[in-house]
Amino acid sequence: MIPNSKNKIVLTKRSKVVSNKTMTWIERLYLPAIFQGMAITLSHFFKKEVTIQYPEVQRPVSDIYRGLHVLKRDDQGRERCTACGLCALSCPAEAITMIAAERKEDEMHLYREEKYASLYEINMLRCIFCGNCETACPKEAIFLTERFVPSQTKRDKFIYGKDVLVEPKDAPIDISKRQTPEVLAFKKDKTQSHNK
Amino acid sequence: MFKVTIDNQSIEVEPGTTILQAARKIGGEIVPPAMCYHSELKNSGGKCRTCMVKVVQGSANDPRPIPKLVASCRTEVMDGMVVENITSPQVVDARKAVVEFLLLNHPLDCPVCDQAGECDLQNLSYEHGTNATRFEEEKRTYDKVDIGNLIQFHPNRCILCYRCIYAADQLTDNRVHGVLYRGEKSEISTFIHQAIENDFSGNIIDVCPVGALTDKTFRFKNRVWFLKPMDAHRNCPTCSGKVTLWYRGDEVYRVTGRKDVYGEVHDFICNECRFEKKNSNDWTIEGPRTVAPYSVINQNHYKKVVIPSVINPLKETME
Repeated sequence: MIPNSKNKIVLTKRSKVVSNKTMTWIERLYLPAIFQGMAITLSHFFKKEVTIQYPEVQRPVSDIYRGLHVLKRDDQGRERCTACGLCALSCPAEAITMIAAERKEDEMHLYREEKYASLYEINMLRCIFCGNCETACPKEAIFLTERFVPSQTKRDKFIYGKDVLVEPKDAPIDISKRQTPEVLAFKKDKTQSHNK
Repeated sequence: MFKVTIDNQSIEVEPGTTILQAARKIGGEIVPPAMCYHSELKNSGGKCRTCMVKVVQGSANDPRPIPKLVASCRTEVMDGMVVENITSPQVVDARKAVVEFLLLNHPLDCPVCDQAGECDLQNLSYEHGTNATRFEEEKRTYDKVDIGNLIQFHPNRCILCYRCIYAADQLTDNRVHGVLYRGEKSEISTFIHQAIENDFSGNIIDVCPVGALTDKTFRFKNRVWFLKPMDAHRNCPTCSGKVTLWYRGDEVYRVTGRKDVYGEVHDFICNECRFEKKNSNDWTIEGPRTVAPYSVINQNHYKKVVIPSVINPLKETME
């Protein structure tokens, strides 16, 4: 017996009354339902695709897209990062960890300043890609690029160390896209002592 | 008692008090900043010129103003003196110029410097300085000087405030460092390369307003704003034993004296407390140290806010 919905308290407009009605002979064949479903599937062959073939095809991103970080080197191939800790301080997600070390005499060609980051880690699961680290950096060392953080099957693979973050010496990573004219003008301003 | 008015606020002080001390008694924004003056060190002050104020009325008997700005740390008050500090545009202007002069040869290597975050010069230039420099010449640099295993000395960062010299004179038996040469060639050095080794020599780290003298055992170990300062004490036979421990997790990264709101240490500590007792078990912890609300050391340290019951009368019901 179908319960009378008028006597029940209806909480939403979408509530449906469950019926235990037995199916007819046609319905038990399932064939009409199958053909109906196939027709819907078939109609999609003639519609515009909504998916793309990642990673062969990539979606265009904005010029100022904030993706995977890079730790830049200077003109002479020395690491710019001096482990000042301002990126970690400004990070709202507390994703950045670093340990500083003192540069030795024979490491002059590797690091630009007296102090360098011997360990620099970004937890990509924590990172929200806000770009505060890039803004905070006084040495123009860390930048966000339009690259993606690839998926992983293990959580600890998402903790990126210096081996991933520091740009390779022979293949510098272009970060010019995100740098607006105002930023570039500021960087050329020689009255700012960090440009010297 | 002398009555003195500083920025329209009056206070009665003992004769012989300086304007700076009187201003500190009033407290608040009207206190002139000071880089070289240290209340625990005799004869300190009068070097850096950041505490300059304008005296618009010399005294009640002689109401003429003092024609030039005076260094408030060295000028004693007179009865009925009227002083202008932040209310005088001339003082604000002069202070901006002084900051520019102090920064002429300062390397601005704050990202590398261990003092960053608790540096008096950083605070001073942030509050009173400009955000760009007009100085285009080469900065003055010195050769590195090794002054021992405990204290790291960066002569480039020195602003020649003489505080460490007074500290070494007044706290230790034998001063082995001093200011050599004259004028723009002046530099702090030990002259004959000699290590500064004295039971109380570590205090020159605390009195240094910039990063010229830093703790070698803490060198590049961590940034101060990642550490949590805790007040602690121990029964030390040589000193007061009242210190601040700087923790990260359970580990003590460094030990310093307790700096007050003006960055001055009043209880000097010995080298054993400072450099050798970096274990929690050596100390009786008194509790977390209150840091000025604007300080970077407070960043990312969250505090529980107590909502007064007047604002939230339902608090008890809710809990």
